[in-house]
Amino acid sequence: MDNVTCPFCGLACDDLQIEVIEGSVCATDNACGLSLDHYRRLAPVAGASPHIKGKAATIDEAVKSAAGILAKASLPLFDGFAADLSGARRIVQLADRCGAVIEHMNSTAKMRNLLSVQDAGWITTTLAEVKNRADLVVLLGTDAVSRFPRFFERLIWSQESMFGLDSGARQIVYVGAGLDDRAGHAPDGRPPEVIPCKVDEIGEGMGAMRSILAGQSLHAESVAGVPVGQWTSLLERLRSAKYAVIVWAAADFAFEHAELTVQTISALIKDLNLSNRVVGLPLGGSDGDFTSNGVLLWQTGFPFRCSFATGAPVYDPYMNSSQRLLTSGEADALLWVSAYNPARLPTKVSVPTIVLAPPGAVFESEPDVYIPVGTPGVDHAGHYTRTDKVVALPLRKLREIGLPSVADVVASIEAALDDGVA
Amino acid sequence: MGLIKFAGGKVFDPENGVDGLVQDIFVRDGRIVPAPVSGESISQEIDCRGRLVMAGAIDMHTHIGGGKVNIARSMLPEDHRGDLLARTELTRASCGYCAPGTLAAGYRYAEMGYTACFEPAVLPINARQAHMEMGDTPIVDKGGYVMLGSDDFLLRMMTAKQDQRAIDDYVAWTINAAQAIGIKVVNPGGISAFKFNQRSLDLDEQHPFYSVTPRQILKVLAQAVHDLGVPHPLHVHGCNLGVPGNVDTTLATIQAVEGLPMHLTHIQFHSYGTEGDRKFSSGAAQIAEAINANRNITADVGQIMFGQTVTASGDNMSQHRNSGLASPKKFVVMDIECDAGCGVVPFKYRDKNFVNALQWAIGLEIFLLVNDPWRIFLTTDHPNGAPFTSYPHLIKLLMDKTYRNAMLGTINADAAAMSTLGSIDREYTMYEIATMTRAAPARLLGLKDRGHLAPGAAADIVVYREQEDVEEMFARPEFVFKDGTLVARDGRIVEVTWGNTHVVRPEYDPAIEKQLKPYFDRYHSIRMENFKIHDDELCECGHGSKAMPHDCRYKRVR
Repeated sequence: MDNVTCPFCGLACDDLQIEVIEGSVCATDNACGLSLDHYRRLAPVAGASPHIKGKAATIDEAVKSAAGILAKASLPLFDGFAADLSGARRIVQLADRCGAVIEHMNSTAKMRNLLSVQDAGWITTTLAEVKNRADLVVLLGTDAVSRFPRFFERLIWSQESMFGLDSGARQIVYVGAGLDDRAGHAPDGRPPEVIPCKVDEIGEGMGAMRSILAGQSLHAESVAGVPVGQWTSLLERLRSAKYAVIVWAAADFAFEHAELTVQTISALIKDLNLSNRVVGLPLGGSDGDFTSNGVLLWQTGFPFRCSFATGAPVYDPYMNSSQRLLTSGEADALLWVSAYNPARLPTKVSVPTIVLAPPGAVFESEPDVYIPVGTPGVDHAGHYTRTDKVVALPLRKLREIGLPSVADVVASIEAALDDGVA
Repeated sequence: MGLIKFAGGKVFDPENGVDGLVQDIFVRDGRIVPAPVSGESISQEIDCRGRLVMAGAIDMHTHIGGGKVNIARSMLPEDHRGDLLARTELTRASCGYCAPGTLAAGYRYAEMGYTACFEPAVLPINARQAHMEMGDTPIVDKGGYVMLGSDDFLLRMMTAKQDQRAIDDYVAWTINAAQAIGIKVVNPGGISAFKFNQRSLDLDEQHPFYSVTPRQILKVLAQAVHDLGVPHPLHVHGCNLGVPGNVDTTLATIQAVEGLPMHLTHIQFHSYGTEGDRKFSSGAAQIAEAINANRNITADVGQIMFGQTVTASGDNMSQHRNSGLASPKKFVVMDIECDAGCGVVPFKYRDKNFVNALQWAIGLEIFLLVNDPWRIFLTTDHPNGAPFTSYPHLIKLLMDKTYRNAMLGTINADAAAMSTLGSIDREYTMYEIATMTRAAPARLLGLKDRGHLAPGAAADIVVYREQEDVEEMFARPEFVFKDGTLVARDGRIVEVTWGNTHVVRPEYDPAIEKQLKPYFDRYHSIRMENFKIHDDELCECGHGSKAMPHDCRYKRVR
């Protein structure tokens, strides 16, 4: 099969060639290591069946048991939320009905961007613009490729670009500590520039550049451990580029109040756009997080950390975090959905728990109900929203090994609630 | 399903020339049917005596779905918190005033008697998401105009002097691939020019990279839409949105298409002069005169209303230019996929602010000075001028001169003094309102079976209690039927249905893919095969929504 979309990171590359041998997906072209790992992890598992408290059960029994848990709960938490379009639609509908809180497995990282957008907004771009226009790419606190392996291959060192730009001549700058900069070496061996800076001090560097841009003179000799002259020269490079792209990955900003760093990056970009074109490229979108969040957002108006407990949607980025709801004991049941990855499972949960994940999930402690589900883009068709939140790609069905989709299972749970299972 | 009789209502059905006559209407299986010959039993009778009966209203320009709308939603939790919609036995939880969730939008449109809504800015690359959001908008039918004119493929074709026939093929291919019902152009070439750091692009100014001007883009796209027989004329958001003096650009734009059909959208934002102490004045009279004189031109107004809203547009250049006016102070601007762009800027229109007050007056002047209600359409460019929920208020302003003048007395006095609004006596009639909100949009879009009440039409029917206060009347119709199903009663949803997607399928030479395929492979970030939305996908994206294709060579004779 040709033109297959890979659903395992936010780049959602759609140029894979795939062969399926006895239910195992083998990529024959264009798959990266991360993609191959995921396909391998989804190899058929002999005797995969639903479990109730660790014991094999039929799907009907498991669905009834799950419905029973939700029917008894006063504040169920729907977390994980890694699904495709149809799965996400069903989950949001069920959350509305159950008065649940919706969270996502990646929300801690995603909040860093979201809070900044809600506070100030930003100026961003998408992948094809980067591929054709970017003459300067500044990576902040991320090497991009650890999470998005084909970033440089597809977008930076591309064969061609549209506007007379020599893609091999693009300038690459890394700002960060301990980043793997190998992918940033140009095809002719030219190394990237590296500005060593602790990740949680990048915001200070951006702030320094804003000040310099505003014409203020800095008394400090260095900011964030970097000589002011180096920030000044980075600023000059941003201003002399035709189309500079500033890349970050919220997942790599793993420190408290990283939303302030995102906000400072965004503010610098806005300042620069008064006379230049400089754009942000926030990388994310793995585990279907933009797919699911998109559905919740357009249906209800709110992103995740949204509670339906009162009957109306209530968004609260602090009160509705899964960590707080579970540690405080307010949430009294958990529905965890991880359709892409059997290895991303809830940990140390003390409330009744339902898990929907592909076969092969290995639990620290068995959940009350485990229902193996298919993976969108492997076991069934679906849709997946990419890192730039603009492009939704079709996912193809690659094999049939008898696994239900998340949408099927959640619909069955809802039907069981309709039937009055308790 | 049995026979439903809508008995004894005053019917306003301009497509069929019915102006307030008392008539019965019969419905079977979701369609309007002729009066039964004899002895057929009526299974349900709707008492319409003392009521007004109209076809379901059609909003032909409303931003209800797609990436920029979802950006607006994500940016504005404060907007939603003030307007929560709790779940009921029938309806689901949602929220939002100026950027409502799709569920709230569908319910509210239906409660107001709207049965079809058209999203005017579907980016080709974002069309799937637009269909997903429209699909999750309950009850109403929907459709989208797909945006071209700053996409690099077209600009490359034009620079390479490819002939009109090849451009027609590309335009038709795009309409099919995006499952759209029309073509829109936004700031022709300007969205692309902004990516090259150009901050404005006038009608005859050459693009900084390509050998094209906005005038040439307008001309080839208007020609393509015409050649393909797409019923909806090229839908144009012109150059220089919001810039004082842009009335001249708009007048020149009308001439630029040389008599081809063209729809000018949210024309209020393009009707500004530079007279007066503040170098900002109304160009409404000139614009209305030009529309009256050029029968190839239609326009929707994009009326503004005072209060908080959010502006969401594909015009990244203009939105960036206006971002300093954001209230609250935040905005998003995006360059998108060598295809388009977008900008989202929250905005608060203030009645005591000179510019905002004059914008309000300019919109109303245009409504009242354009003679032909078949060629001027009732929109607020939701949410850019105001949320669509303000339509009943807008109708009252058009129908009630005393009320309008009372409002005029409350706005910024300098603006009121500069406007001719107070001297305009016209009051829209019920027939004219029915024309501009039902019959005319259906005709403009080529929807043969919508917007009217003759046998064969879909049973999208609204029954209003006749009331002194038309705002109250239009806000809460007594009955709203969608395809023969009673969906709302007295402003409350009584049944939730899911509408379908109106599309056109212009023909093209598939050889155009021999150009497109290598273009995608060399420059794009996805494969051409994955760009095209197939019918089964439209159904999945659209929440079970079926494509309802409309004829392309169809020309309705008035």
